[in-house]
Amino acid sequence: MLNLTNGERMQLGRRAGLWLHEVMPPKLLDSPAVKVGVSISIATGLYGISFGALSAASGFDFWQTMALSLIMFSGGSQFAFIGVVAGGGSGVAAMTAAALLGLRNGIYGMQMNALLLPQGKLKYLQAQLSIDETTATASGQSDPDEQRRGFWTAGIGIYVLWNLFTAVGALAGNALGDPKQWGLDGAAVAAFLALLWPRLKGREPWAIAVVCAVATLLAVPFVPPGVPILVAAAVAAVFGWLSHARADEGLEPDIDPYAHRRSDTRGDHGEGAE
Amino acid sequence: MNLWPWILAACVLAYATKLAGYFVPRSLLKNPRTMHIAGTMTIGLLASLTVVNAFASGQSLAFDARIGALVAAAVALWLRAPFLVVVIVGAAAAAGLRLLGWG
Repeated sequence: MLNLTNGERMQLGRRAGLWLHEVMPPKLLDSPAVKVGVSISIATGLYGISFGALSAASGFDFWQTMALSLIMFSGGSQFAFIGVVAGGGSGVAAMTAAALLGLRNGIYGMQMNALLLPQGKLKYLQAQLSIDETTATASGQSDPDEQRRGFWTAGIGIYVLWNLFTAVGALAGNALGDPKQWGLDGAAVAAFLALLWPRLKGREPWAIAVVCAVATLLAVPFVPPGVPILVAAAVAAVFGWLSHARADEGLEPDIDPYAHRRSDTRGDHGEGAE
Repeated sequence: MNLWPWILAACVLAYATKLAGYFVPRSLLKNPRTMHIAGTMTIGLLASLTVVNAFASGQSLAFDARIGALVAAAVALWLRAPFLVVVIVGAAAAAGLRLLGWG
């Protein structure tokens, strides 16, 4: 690779007619985390159409549908809420299902707080964006800056597109047909597998993934939707507690950057930084 | 039935849950064992999200076109395809199988 300064690269980009370099600094485009963040934003954002259409079909008006996407902003919980109502359930039941399904976001919040170390009021904004996709994008990176870029690219991208496409779905309704016809549910499966894949290095990560997948499938028929994921989280936590003595390669991304940032970037070695 | 109060209550609960995670003391998270568990939980959650999206249909298990998406995505990943390609392959597999009348 040529060693160029940012300015030189911008010039080169312009000369080559690469308009993207004018819109975004070249550094951002080089970032793998930003690429993953943009990809997952598009894949997830488009799925908002399906939520909007389904919500309208379940009897929710436009602003009720938008409130769920804008404020609740957690796909699983939103689908659960409208699903319970569509199935004839009460408002309390819908709220309970959505809350149970959203519990894992609390765990994500904990992880994102430890990984990204948001300062001051930023955490109130970051909290709203702490969902499956942003956590997965951030924790898939090993460099602290990349983790931060991944989180915010995916977070802002998904928030904007998810709400935009929720509105499209709510307004267009059933005219679009079944979103499944477009394979959007398959896109979600592929995205989560793609986020898991790079972590499956070594025997322990594989064992955890298999055990948690089996635990999830066994739990599905017996507990409300969303809870199987919590069962898997609990199984993984017990597994981690018992296997703590042995370190394994695939688990590093969560451990290394944190230690690195503490000693290098922030330079604080003591407590009470908060 | 007026759903607005329940919608707003559920929205508040959703945000409160997310925010609660940010008030767990960081010192707890500096503990090596906690960080190790955070690592195993990430893998567990991703594995769980993958199979839930592939096989769960409400409270039952379904074997439909999403399995095609799972297999196609795995093959794409094995061939070292980039993230966006994997996602598109997954969507195309599910859509293609449905076009052929399966799942």
